[in-house]
Amino acid sequence: MNPILKTVLQRLGLGLVTLFVVSIVIFSAVTMLPGDFATAILGQSATPETVAAFQRQIGLDRPPILRYLYWIGGVLQGNFGESFSSAGGLGGGHVRTVVSLVVPRLKNTLFLASFAALIAVPLSLVLGMLAALYRNSLFDRLVNLVTLTSISVPEFFVAYILMLFLAVKLPLFYSLASVSPDTPFLERVARCALPALTLVLVIVAHMMRMTRAAIINLLASPYIETARLKGVKPGRIIFRHALPNAWAPIATVIALNLAYLIVGVVVVEVVFVYPGIGQLMVDSVSARDIPVVQACALVFAVTYILLNLVADIVSIVTNPRLLRPR
Amino acid sequence: MSINADEFEMLAREGTTIPPVEPGDVVPQPLPPRRGTLASAWRALKSAPLTAWFGLIVITAYIILAVFAPFIAPHGESEVVANQYEPWSAQFPLGTDQLGRDMLSRLIYGARNTIGIAVVTTILSFCIGGTLGLLASIIGGWTDQLLGRAVDILMAIPQLIFALMLLSIVGSSIPNLIVIIAVLDSTRVFRLTRAVAMNVVVLDFVEAARLQGEKIPWIMTREILPNILPPLVAEFGLRFCFVFLTISALSFLGLGIQPPTADWGSMVRENATLIAYGDVTPLLPAGAIALLTVAVNFVVDWFLHKTSGLKDDR
Repeated sequence: MNPILKTVLQRLGLGLVTLFVVSIVIFSAVTMLPGDFATAILGQSATPETVAAFQRQIGLDRPPILRYLYWIGGVLQGNFGESFSSAGGLGGGHVRTVVSLVVPRLKNTLFLASFAALIAVPLSLVLGMLAALYRNSLFDRLVNLVTLTSISVPEFFVAYILMLFLAVKLPLFYSLASVSPDTPFLERVARCALPALTLVLVIVAHMMRMTRAAIINLLASPYIETARLKGVKPGRIIFRHALPNAWAPIATVIALNLAYLIVGVVVVEVVFVYPGIGQLMVDSVSARDIPVVQACALVFAVTYILLNLVADIVSIVTNPRLLRPR
Repeated sequence: MSINADEFEMLAREGTTIPPVEPGDVVPQPLPPRRGTLASAWRALKSAPLTAWFGLIVITAYIILAVFAPFIAPHGESEVVANQYEPWSAQFPLGTDQLGRDMLSRLIYGARNTIGIAVVTTILSFCIGGTLGLLASIIGGWTDQLLGRAVDILMAIPQLIFALMLLSIVGSSIPNLIVIIAVLDSTRVFRLTRAVAMNVVVLDFVEAARLQGEKIPWIMTREILPNILPPLVAEFGLRFCFVFLTISALSFLGLGIQPPTADWGSMVRENATLIAYGDVTPLLPAGAIALLTVAVNFVVDWFLHKTSGLKDDR
């Protein structure tokens, strides 16, 4: 079998196994709930009957394996169950499915994340390569200092500074990113500008440092030295010799940082009151609305695993040693 | 193969995959720095760059604030002294917060609470991750495989998301917070410890110790630990920053340290409305977090450069 295909299939298999195990971990969340959980959700005044009804509703009367199969079966068909906050007949109110809560929020988050990524990825790759090419120059040192500082700073600090200066002192942008499903595209972009800018600042620092490290590493390898010694022009060294080997580290850098974006998005969404999945998760955690928390955690984890998988596969597929087997 | 400074930094900062180390692949490990004399420490300090000096001074200042908080702060931690959101004045240098508590005093007490909890968490995380990492590298075989796969699974879920999920189950309290973050963070410590210890385990003196019949705890603490100490110390600084930022983020989200305990993350959240009026006060606790992490990072950068003998540019 073609060695590339074989390795790729191996990685895909491994990815599936990881997804499976992670789904078990997330599912076990409910099983690990302390016994007084129903009382905590329903309040002290809950009668024993209500508590029993609630436990039956979340399926605590069935063995865990059955519950897992039932749950994962539902998830695969796009059914994550019902939110506790509207638990049918218990909290009053109409029944709200987890999907109806998560899907619109997920779309918003994907919009914000891709907006940020579209700006951040090209910017940081160019900055990283420049810093690597002119390493130890004034430019490199300056960029190093600035990025080291912005890596060390909490996201909400960057977010509030931007809000203070770019929305309050100088009213250039919207300070709160309130959007609804029928907001027109251009207005949506304008409203998301500040949260996107925050995310860009946070991940450019990471991505640029990692790109720089990857390129410096590569430029120090003996075969580049050989090319340089035999008089190959610098441009040709970069594009013909270095770049084919650089795709793998660059893909890893991008995927890792897009994965990092997923985490950063939670805090940034809360700061700018953006109706995304991160904010939904935070609200559900405070309300201890476990089905919604599970769904959000699963969405985040799956995205994270898939991004890492893509990076793995890109680095295999672009590996010159595998492309031209001896 | 050897780990160069940038790769090392990537490993340390990002918790990326550790480059595979074959058993026969012996890496010359840098010797631990000679310690014990004040003079040599002073010599090292004198040659330290400006950024490291800045970092050390800032860290010292924070420690003094944290330790002597009750003597420095003009008011009590949760004492209501005036109306809410008082502006900056001679009586209340940084104004008051949303309940009318003195902002300056809250900031000073916040140093004690926020840093204290982060330090305890990091120490716990190192005890767990370091011990398991050393065990995995010495025993090898099934133990190593089992621990390695468990860590892979834990790391497959983004850390903040995992922490949020666990907090929703067990509820938010300081002990819960410490244990959850420590366990999740120990995965990174495990990976690094195992990776650097692997290089030492294959050396002759460890073999000699094994043949002498030394027990595993002896090999762990006397043979291997001293040889991997410098990268672990640097990692401690970086992990502290990470833990500190995670706890602040959780507190900021309202799921970490709970009121009325003064804590920088929650202080930002509680006073955030002031930003809309162009007031910088809510940025002060966020700035306090930022300044400390930047300072620690500067010191760690210098320390890595110094002890590892690794050069930034090859």
